[in-house]
Amino acid sequence: MSEAFLQIENLKTHFPVERGMIIRRRIGTVKAVDGVTFSLARGEILGLVGESGCGKSTLGRTILQLIPPTEGTVVLAGKNLAGLNKHDLRESRADFQMIFQDPYASLNPRMTVFDALAEAMRAHRKIPAAEINERVAALMQKVGLSPRFVKKYPHEFSGGQRQRIAIARALAVEPKLIIADEPVSALDVSIQAQIINLLAKLSREMQLTLVFISHDLSVVKHISDRIAVMYLGRIVEIGPAAQVFEQPLHPYTKALVSAVPIPDPEREKQRQRVILTGDPPSPLDPPSGCSFHPRCSYAATECSRAVPALEIFDPARTVACIRAREINQA
Amino acid sequence: MPDVAEIDAAEPGASLWRDAWLRLRKNRLAVFGGVALIIITLFCLVGPWLSRYTYEEQDFAQYAKPPSALHWFGTDKLGRDQMTRIMHGGRISLGVGICATLVSLTIGVLYGALAGFLGGKTDAAMMRIVDILYALPFTVFVILLMVVFGRNIVLLFVAIGAVEWLTMARIVRGQVQSLRKQEFIEAALSLGLSQRRIILRHMIPNVLGPVAVYTTLTIPAVMLLEAFLSFLGLGVQPPMSSWGTMIKDGAELMEEFPWLLMIPAAFFSLTLFSLNFLGDGLRDALDVRTSKD
Amino acid sequence: MCGLQKIDAMPLLQVKNLRTYFHTRNGVVRAVDGVSFEIEKGQTLGIVGESGSGKSVTCYSMLGLIPQPPGRIESGEAIFDGVDLLKAGPPQLRKIRGKRIAMIFQDPMTSLNPYMRIEDQLIEPLLIHERTDRRRAVELGVQALKDVGIQDAAQRIRSYPHEFSGGMRQRVMIAMALITKPDLLIADEPTTALDVTVQAQIIELVKRMQAERGMAVIWISHDLGVVAGLCQRVNVMYAGRVVESGPTDGIFRTPQHPYNRALQKSIPALQPKGVELYTIAGMPPDLSKPVAGCAFAPRCEFVQDICRTPVELKAGASGQSTACVRVQNGDLKL
Repeated sequence: MSEAFLQIENLKTHFPVERGMIIRRRIGTVKAVDGVTFSLARGEILGLVGESGCGKSTLGRTILQLIPPTEGTVVLAGKNLAGLNKHDLRESRADFQMIFQDPYASLNPRMTVFDALAEAMRAHRKIPAAEINERVAALMQKVGLSPRFVKKYPHEFSGGQRQRIAIARALAVEPKLIIADEPVSALDVSIQAQIINLLAKLSREMQLTLVFISHDLSVVKHISDRIAVMYLGRIVEIGPAAQVFEQPLHPYTKALVSAVPIPDPEREKQRQRVILTGDPPSPLDPPSGCSFHPRCSYAATECSRAVPALEIFDPARTVACIRAREINQA
Repeated sequence: MPDVAEIDAAEPGASLWRDAWLRLRKNRLAVFGGVALIIITLFCLVGPWLSRYTYEEQDFAQYAKPPSALHWFGTDKLGRDQMTRIMHGGRISLGVGICATLVSLTIGVLYGALAGFLGGKTDAAMMRIVDILYALPFTVFVILLMVVFGRNIVLLFVAIGAVEWLTMARIVRGQVQSLRKQEFIEAALSLGLSQRRIILRHMIPNVLGPVAVYTTLTIPAVMLLEAFLSFLGLGVQPPMSSWGTMIKDGAELMEEFPWLLMIPAAFFSLTLFSLNFLGDGLRDALDVRTSKD
Repeated sequence: MCGLQKIDAMPLLQVKNLRTYFHTRNGVVRAVDGVSFEIEKGQTLGIVGESGSGKSVTCYSMLGLIPQPPGRIESGEAIFDGVDLLKAGPPQLRKIRGKRIAMIFQDPMTSLNPYMRIEDQLIEPLLIHERTDRRRAVELGVQALKDVGIQDAAQRIRSYPHEFSGGMRQRVMIAMALITKPDLLIADEPTTALDVTVQAQIIELVKRMQAERGMAVIWISHDLGVVAGLCQRVNVMYAGRVVESGPTDGIFRTPQHPYNRALQKSIPALQPKGVELYTIAGMPPDLSKPVAGCAFAPRCEFVQDICRTPVELKAGASGQSTACVRVQNGDLKL
C-alpha cells in the first residue's frame, strides 16, 4: 500500500453521562469510540460496518471534528485535524466533507439548490459572480442532475435526487476526504444502485478518499476496497473487502457475515448460520476484556482478561482476537 | 462543457412560502379573516379623515341617540359620534396589539434563538430568568409601572410586550434546539460556514413559520390584555378611547343604550376572530407535514 | 383444526381484485389497484416491493386498518376461512383480528405502550378474545415469552417496554401476536429496524414457530434477501399491482417480469464486486395519475406500443404468473 493519506491513531470519543438538574453529577462514561487506529491511502474506499450503537457514526463525525475527540490524532495529508484551533479548523473544513443518511433532513428546506451549492462553493474561496453559474451547472451535471432544476427547493425532489444534491454540496468545496454515513439506507433498492454507482465513479475519477459507513454488508462489500468491522467502539477486524466477506477472521465478523440474507434461495438453503444469542451489551457498562466474549462461541477464559489489540494476521489483514490463529487454522 | 444557458432557463421552484401561500388561499376562513382585517384596518386608519366629526366633539342636540342617518353608529351619552370614536379606538387597540407584538417578537426571537443555539449552562440560566418572569403577577407588575411612571400609552406597549415575549422566547428556543440536531445544520457546520451565517441563513428562516403563526395569535391576546387593563381603568385615558374602554363604558349602560356596547364589541370580536382564523390558516398552511403528501 | 375439512380444500385466505384508493386533496392515489392472491394454510408468502408499491396497504386493507377517509376500499374481496374480511362488520372483524390473524409491525419501539407492563399487554388478547382467567393467562404469557427465547421470562414479564432492547421488543411483539395461536401471521417489515444479527435471530424464530404451529405467514419486506430465505411463494409488487408471483425459486432464478429482473440486477449482493450496478431509469410513477397499461412501461427497457394496453397477471408454464404483455405473448424472454 502507498503511504497513508489519512492516518488515525488511537482515536477516542467518550461522552460523560450526567444526572441532575442543577448540580450535574457524572455517573458514567459512554466510550462510543475507544481507541481506533487505521490508515487509508489516497483514493481508497474504506467500508465501515457494525451494528447500531457500535460507534461507527460517532467515529465518522469524530474524524471530521464535528464531535471533538477525547484523545488521539487524525492526520489528513500531513495535518493533524484534532490539534487545530477553532479558526484553523474552520478554514480546513473544505478538505473533508460528510454525506448524511437522511436526504430529507440534510438539506435546508428554505434554500434552492442553487443557493445551497453556491453557498458551499463560496464558503472557502472567492468566486467571481460571472463564474458561479457555470460552476453550479458543472457540479449538477457531475452528480447526474440537470442544471435546469437549480432554482427548485429540496422538497420538490425525490429521495435519490436529494441525495445527489447532498453529494454535490459536499463536492462543492473540492474535498479530499468524504465520509458517507449510511448514504443509501434511506433509499429504495432501485435508487440505492444509482447512488452507489455515483459514489464509486466520483471516487475513481476524482481520487477521492471515501469512508463508507453502513450496516448493510452487501453494499459495503460491493463498493469498498477494504472493510473495517466495529463492535462496541473498537475495530475488531480490517482487511480487503472480498476477503473479510468470504473468510472472516474475527468471530463477530463471522456471525455478521452469516447473518446477511442473500437473495438467492439456493444459496440461502445451503448456508450455515452463526446465530448470536443476546444483544450487543450496553456501551455504558461494557464487558471486561474482549467486549464480544459474552456472545462469542469461541470464548476462552483469557478472553475476559485483557482487551485484545489489533494484530497483523497476514500482510493485508488485521484482527483483534487472541484466538484468531487457532480458530482460523482449519 | 456545462450548459450555463440551462441555468438561466431554469424553471423557478416553489418555495415553501409560496406553497404555503397557495394553501392559505384555499382556506376560506383564513381568507375571510385576512380580508376582514384589511377592511377594519383601512376603516380605522382612513376613516377619521373622512368623518364629519372628531372623537371628542360633542353634539349637544344628540345625547345617547341610537344609530341614525346623522350618526351611523349612534352617539354616546356625551353626544360624541360613536363611529368616529370606534375608528380612533381601533387605532389604539390595533396599534397596541401590533406594537406590543413587535416588541415581544424582537425580544423573544433573539433571546430564544440565542439560548437555543448556545445551549448548555447559558441556555439553562437564560430560561430560568424566563421562568421567574413568568411567575410575576402581571396585574401587579402593570400597576407598579403605572404608579412609578404614570399612565401613558407607550408604557402600556412596554408592559404588554415585556410579558408576551416570554412565550415567544420559549417557542423559538424549542424550535432552534430541534433544528440544531437536524443534519442540514450539521452539514453547514461541516462546510465551515460562520456561526452568524448559520443562524441567519439556516436557523432563522426555518423558525419563521411557527413564529408567524404565533404572532397572529399574539396580537389578539395583546388586544385582550389592553381591553382588560382598560376595563380596570389602567389603560388609555379619556377623552381618548380604545375598544376596550368603549366596551367598558358601554357595559355600564347596556340596558338603556345597548348600541354603545354592541357596536364596539362587534368590532372587537370580529377582529379577534379574523386574527385567529388567519393564525389557524397559517399554521395549517405552513405545516410541512401536510405539504409532503 | 376440528371438523373443517370443507375449508381445507380452500385456501386459507383468498384476495380477489382488491382496490384501495386514497382520496387526497392532490387527487385519487391508487395505492392498491387490483391485487389478487391466495395463501394456503401453513404457507409463507413474501410480498416485496419498494416504498409506495402498496405492499403494506394491501394487508392493512384486509384487516380494516386503513384510515377512512382518506382511504377507501373501492372493490374486491378477501375471504378468510369463508368470511369476507372486507364486508365483515367491526365486531366480526375484531374477533378475527388479533385472534385468528395476528400482525407484527416494523417499529418495535412504538408498537408497545410504554406505560403498560409487558405482562398486561401480552395477555390482553387472551383476556379479550378467549376470556381466559388472569392467572392462567399470565402462565401462558410466561410460556409465550420463553417460546420466543426470552430468558427469566417469569421476572421479565413484569418489566416495562423501555427495559427491553429493540430485538427483545420485537420478540415480545411476536409472542403477543402468537399467543392466541393465530392461523395467519402478517409481518410488516418486522426486521427492517433491527440489526442484521438480530434480524437473523428473529427470522429463525419465526421459522421455528411456524414449523411448530403450522400457521401461515405473510412477510412484507423490501429486502429480497430476507424473503428468499424465508418464503415459499413471493409476490413482487409495483405501483399498487402484483407484477409477478410464483414459487420463490422461480422468482429469483428465472425472473420474467422486466421490473423483477431489473430489481435483482440492481442489488449489490447478487453482483460481482465492483461492477457498475444496473439502474432502473426514471422514478416510480405518480399513483394519483391513471396509468394506461403496464405501470412499469415508462421505465422499462423492453417497452413497446403494446405495453400501453391493459395487462393482467397471467400464469405461465412454470406456475409463475407475470403481468407483462410481451412475456405473455411469448415475444420477450428474459
